[in-house]
Amino acid sequence: MRKKFVRGMRHGVPIMLGYLSVSFGFGVLCIQQNLSILAAVGISVTNLTSAGQVAGVGVIAAGGSMLEMILCQLVINLRYSLMSLSLSQRLDPSFNLMHRLFVGYGITDEIFAVASSQDEPLTPAYMYGLIFTPFIGWTLGTLLGAVAGDIMPASVTAALSLMLYGMFIAIILPPAKKNHKLLFVILLSAALSVVTHFFLPMISSGFAIIICALISSVLAAVFFPVEEQERGEAQS
Amino acid sequence: MSIVAYIAVMAVTTYLIRVIPFAAVRGKIKSRFINSVLYYIPYAVLSAMTFPAIFFATGSVVTSSVGTVIALLMAYFDLPLIVVALSSSAGAFITALIMGLI
Repeated sequence: MRKKFVRGMRHGVPIMLGYLSVSFGFGVLCIQQNLSILAAVGISVTNLTSAGQVAGVGVIAAGGSMLEMILCQLVINLRYSLMSLSLSQRLDPSFNLMHRLFVGYGITDEIFAVASSQDEPLTPAYMYGLIFTPFIGWTLGTLLGAVAGDIMPASVTAALSLMLYGMFIAIILPPAKKNHKLLFVILLSAALSVVTHFFLPMISSGFAIIICALISSVLAAVFFPVEEQERGEAQS
Repeated sequence: MSIVAYIAVMAVTTYLIRVIPFAAVRGKIKSRFINSVLYYIPYAVLSAMTFPAIFFATGSVVTSSVGTVIALLMAYFDLPLIVVALSSSAGAFITALIMGLI
């Protein structure tokens, strides 16, 4: 139990490091938008998501309506529903409703990516550990960013913004080397995303991710349906 | 409107989006099609989030592209996540130095 928690925490360390720099930027943004330090940290603690939070602060700063806030979060964060649904299929039987209600809070892109790359069924202890370290990084980074304003030179923060994307590539590329079905999905999704970005700029980035991911996953499922045992192997 | 109300609405919306599928779906899904879609989704989501955003991440297409190539190469050779991530950033930073952007 404790071992699994520690294992999860360890797997969360790279995510924590990535989150530190991103949330630092978020903290700075909040202060620029005239939010208090407490509000900045409060948003990070209760939301634990980058794009949704940045958009949310925009709505707050513009004095938008609550409906706008809800729609904005819904569109940008809808991908988490897909991730939760995917993870719900990989849970250990010890995952009761209470654990689900707590762990559901911590499904982020990166936590989801690491969790879904695990071979064994996911236990509550592992998931709590995997959420804990990134949560600390996210909260601490926001606090430091909000308190310190802009300490780091812009040149450093610009370069650090590549970290999360580098992590994403390190997650999706290695399994795709051996599995051409995955390579198909990755290339198709990337291509759709590029086309959407340049030719359909009116579609918000959160919504674009949902559309591209759904189209490419559905097409791959039609052309290359996977068997139960094959799923287990390829997720490693 | 009060800042607390905004934050509460924001947090509750985000929480419900995450937790409803997680708490409501109990049994195993039998459909081979749905299982296949769910298997592919993580890769599709991460890929769509990375491209083309990674090419604009640093604010310079040139330094971002250098970082992207480094990340692709290092990931291809199975290096750990944090090594790939930091090398990619370092590559972009050094490129900016060389180009005199800093």
